[in-house]
Amino acid sequence: MPVSLRINGKPTTVDVPPDMPLLWVLRDTLDLKGTKFGCGIAQCGACTVHLAGVPVRSCSIPISAVAGQSITTIEGLSRDGSHPVQRAWEAIDVPQCGYCQAGQLMVAASLLKTKKNPTDADIDAAMGNICRCGTYNRIREAIHKAAAMSATASATSRDDDGEA
Amino acid sequence: MTTSTVDRRAFLQVMALAGGGIAFGAFAPVERALAASPFLADPFTPSPFIRITADGVITIIAKNPEEGQGVRQSLPMIIAEELDVDWAQVTVVQADSDESKYGVQLAGGSLSTPMNFDQHRKVGAAARAMLIAAAAKTWGVPASECTTRSAAVLHAATSRRASYASLAATAATMPAPALDSVPLKDPATYRLLGTRVPGLDNRKIVTGKPLFGIDVMVPGMLHAVFEKCPVFGGKVVSANLDHVRKLPGVTHAFVVNGVGTALDGLMPGVAVVADTWYNANNARQQLQVTWDEGATAQQSSMWFSQRAHELAGKAPDRVVRKDGDVDAAFASAAKVVEAEYFYPFISHATLEPQNCTAHVVNGKAEIWATTQTPQQGRDLVAKSLGLAPADITIHLVRIGGGFGRRLKNDYMVEAAWLSKEVGRPVKLVWTREDDMRHGHYRQAGYHFLKGAVDAQGKVTAWRDRSVLEAMRVGEYPGRFIPNYLLELSNLPHGIPTGALRAPGSNGIAFVIQSFIDELAHAAGKDPLQFRLDLLSPAVTAVQGDSFDGARMRGVLELVREKSGWGKRTLAKGRGLGVAFHFSHRGYFAEVVEASVSAAGVVTVHKVWVAGDVGSVITNPSGAENQCQGACIDGVSAALGQEITIDRGRVVQGNFDRYPLLRMARAFPVEVHFLRSANPPTGMGEPALPPVIPALTNAIFAATGKRIRSLPIGNQLA
Repeated sequence: MPVSLRINGKPTTVDVPPDMPLLWVLRDTLDLKGTKFGCGIAQCGACTVHLAGVPVRSCSIPISAVAGQSITTIEGLSRDGSHPVQRAWEAIDVPQCGYCQAGQLMVAASLLKTKKNPTDADIDAAMGNICRCGTYNRIREAIHKAAAMSATASATSRDDDGEA
Repeated sequence: MTTSTVDRRAFLQVMALAGGGIAFGAFAPVERALAASPFLADPFTPSPFIRITADGVITIIAKNPEEGQGVRQSLPMIIAEELDVDWAQVTVVQADSDESKYGVQLAGGSLSTPMNFDQHRKVGAAARAMLIAAAAKTWGVPASECTTRSAAVLHAATSRRASYASLAATAATMPAPALDSVPLKDPATYRLLGTRVPGLDNRKIVTGKPLFGIDVMVPGMLHAVFEKCPVFGGKVVSANLDHVRKLPGVTHAFVVNGVGTALDGLMPGVAVVADTWYNANNARQQLQVTWDEGATAQQSSMWFSQRAHELAGKAPDRVVRKDGDVDAAFASAAKVVEAEYFYPFISHATLEPQNCTAHVVNGKAEIWATTQTPQQGRDLVAKSLGLAPADITIHLVRIGGGFGRRLKNDYMVEAAWLSKEVGRPVKLVWTREDDMRHGHYRQAGYHFLKGAVDAQGKVTAWRDRSVLEAMRVGEYPGRFIPNYLLELSNLPHGIPTGALRAPGSNGIAFVIQSFIDELAHAAGKDPLQFRLDLLSPAVTAVQGDSFDGARMRGVLELVREKSGWGKRTLAKGRGLGVAFHFSHRGYFAEVVEASVSAAGVVTVHKVWVAGDVGSVITNPSGAENQCQGACIDGVSAALGQEITIDRGRVVQGNFDRYPLLRMARAFPVEVHFLRSANPPTGMGEPALPPVIPALTNAIFAATGKRIRSLPIGNQLA
C-alpha cells in the first residue's frame, strides 16, 4: 500500500505493508540507518524520531499512522552535524558504544525547542531513553552546553523539514 | 584527526593495508584484487600497524574490536605518541581479523592496554627510528643529532627539517631496529598520551551514519530471524514450514539441527529468511514449532535456591583455600557473624541486539560481525560449517555494546549457517526477546559466610561456603586473615553462562565487601578505617590473581579524602557506603552517598571513584567515561535486574521487566586516578565491582537495613 509522507523535508512515497513499523521503513526501505532498533516495544528509545516536531518511538508506529505527516530522523536533524546538540555531544565526547545516541539526540533537540535553558529536573523528565553504557552524566552536561551554545549562536540551526 | 579526508589513492592503499574490508563506514564488498596487488615502492610500512605515504597520509591501524570501551582511539594513540606525530595528522583504520598481522585481537578482560601498551610503543618507536635514520643518511649527519616533532625529523645544528612524508621512500630502505632494544620516549615527555581525545566515530554517531553491525548492507542480501527452543538445549521436532514459506516476502524457512551440544555453538532452531527483516519477523509470528525441550525444562530458579541450601549443609565439593583453623578461631572469638548472600543471573542486555551478516559461497565465508573474539568466531564457523579457517574473512564492525556478551559467537555461526543454506548473503538480527532469552548470563551465586572478630575488633576468621560461583584462590580477603576457609560446591545446571563485565568480581565484590561491613559494625569500627586496618601493606601481589595491599590502601585513602568520609555532615536520611575491589589488574575504591525514601525507593546522590591502573591514563576522557558508565551499570543491575528461570525458560523478555537505569535515577560520578609506578592496565571493567557493595553499605548506613540479596527491588518498601 503506497504511503506518502515527508522524511527530512523530502516528499517520499513508500509501498509497504500498512502495519510495517516506521522504524523498519526508515531503516530497510529508505536505508536511513541512523534510527536504531533496540527493543521493539517503545521501551528504550533508540528508535526516536520527530513526528511533526514531537519525539516518538518509531518501532511502535505503523507506517499507515503517519501518512501525510512530517518525520525528522537523526540524518535530518541538521545538514552537516551542526545542530547545537550534535556539536555539544562531540565537544563533551558523550558516546561510549554510541548505539543509543541518535535517539538521545532527537529527544534532547526536542527538549531544547520547548525549554531554551532546561534545568536538571527538566532533563530528568524529558530524557527517558536508555543508555546501556551509562553516559547520562555527559548527556546532561551536553544538553546544558547545547543550551548555552544556542543562546549565544547568531543563527540557529534548522531542522531540514523546517520544524526548528 | 580524520577518517574521511584521504584521497582515493590513499584510501585504496589503506584498504590494501587493512587486508581489504570495512573502512570509513563503507560496507562495500572487499576489493580483493587490491589486497593481492604489490605495494607501490614509495609508502613506508615498517609494520602492519603503520603506513606513511609520500603524499603525507599517516595511517595507524586499530587492531581490536570497538564496543564503546574506546580502544579505537587509545591503542593507535600509543603508536602515534612514539612515532611522534600529532593526532590530527593520523588516519585510523579499523583492522579486519588477521592474527598473522596483528596478533590476538580481543575486546575482553580489560586486556587491550596490558597486552598492547609496550608492543605498540615499540612499533611506533621503531618506525620513528627508521625515519630518523633516513633523514640522517640524506643529510649526512649523525642520527643521534636528529630529533622529531609532529611528523617531521629535525636537525637543530643545521636548521633542517624533513617531513615524514618526504622521508617515506628512504625510510622504507632502512634496516628495521630490533623491537626489544629500540629506544622509547621518557613518559614525562609524552605529548599525546594522557590528553583527552574524543571518540573517532563521534561525528558519524551524532549524524546517524551507518556504523554498527546492524547497519551492514551487502548487495543481494536477505534478512533472517532464527527461533530457538525457549528451553536451553531443546531441539526441533517439527514446524509448520509449508505455511510460513507462503507468507509475504518469505524466501526460505527451514530447520537447523545444530552442531554438537555446546550452548555457545550452533544450537537447533528454525530459520525464516525474507526480503526484509520486517517480513521475516512478521512471518515468524505464525511459526509453530514442536520442541523436544530436554532435561533443562526441569530447572527453575526456585529449584536452584533449594539445591544451593541443601549443598550448603553438606561437605563442599572442593576446598579452594585453607589457611589456619577457622573453627578454633570461631570458638574463641569475641563476636561471630553469620550471613547468607545471593546474586542472580543477569543479562548483558547490549542495546544493539545480537546480529551478524555473512556471505558463505564456494567454500569461502565473508562475515561482518560485532564480535569481541573474532578469532574464536572464525574457528567456531570453520568447525561448524567445515570450512578452512583461512577461507573465512571477518570484518570487525563497531559494536553497540558488548559487556562480554559478544565474547560468544553464537549469532555469528547462525548467520554463516543460514547464508550457506540459502546461498546468498544473509543478515541475521535477533529480537530483544531473543537476546534476553538466549544469553550467556552472569552466573548466579550463593554464599554462606561466617566471620569472627576478637575483643580488639580485629578479624580473626572468615569462612565462605559458595555455591555456583567459581571463586579464585587469590580472592580477597584470603591472605589478609590468619584463619581463612574458602569452599565451593557445584550445582550443575543447563543455563548458559558467560563473562559479564568484571566476571566473577561483579557478584563476589558485593558479597565480600558487604560482609566486611557487617564485621566492621560488629567490631564497632568505622567501616573505612576497618578496611584500612585489614589491608596490610606487607601483603603484596604474587603471581596469579591476588593483589598488593599497599596499592589498595592508596585508592582507599584517596577516596576517603575526595568523598570527605568522616568529615562531612550528611543530610538527614542519607548514608555513605564504601567498598573496594581488585579485578583485571585494576585497584578501585568507591564511596556512594545514598538515601531511601519512606516508600523504599533508593536514590544515589553521588559516587566517588578512586582508581589505580598504573602510571599512564592513556585517554582520560575515555577512562572517566568508563568509570562513570561502570558505576551506572553496577547500580542499574543492583537496583532491579534479575533473570529468573521457570521450567528451563527465561521469564524476562524485554526492558519492561528487565529495567535499565535511566536519566532520572542517574547520579554524578566523580573520578580520581592515583598514578602509581606500575604498568598501565585496562579500564573496561575494574571500576564496576565496588559500586554495588558501596551502594548497599550506604543503604545500611542510611537505614540500618542490610541488603544480602540482589536485586534490591522492593526489599526496602
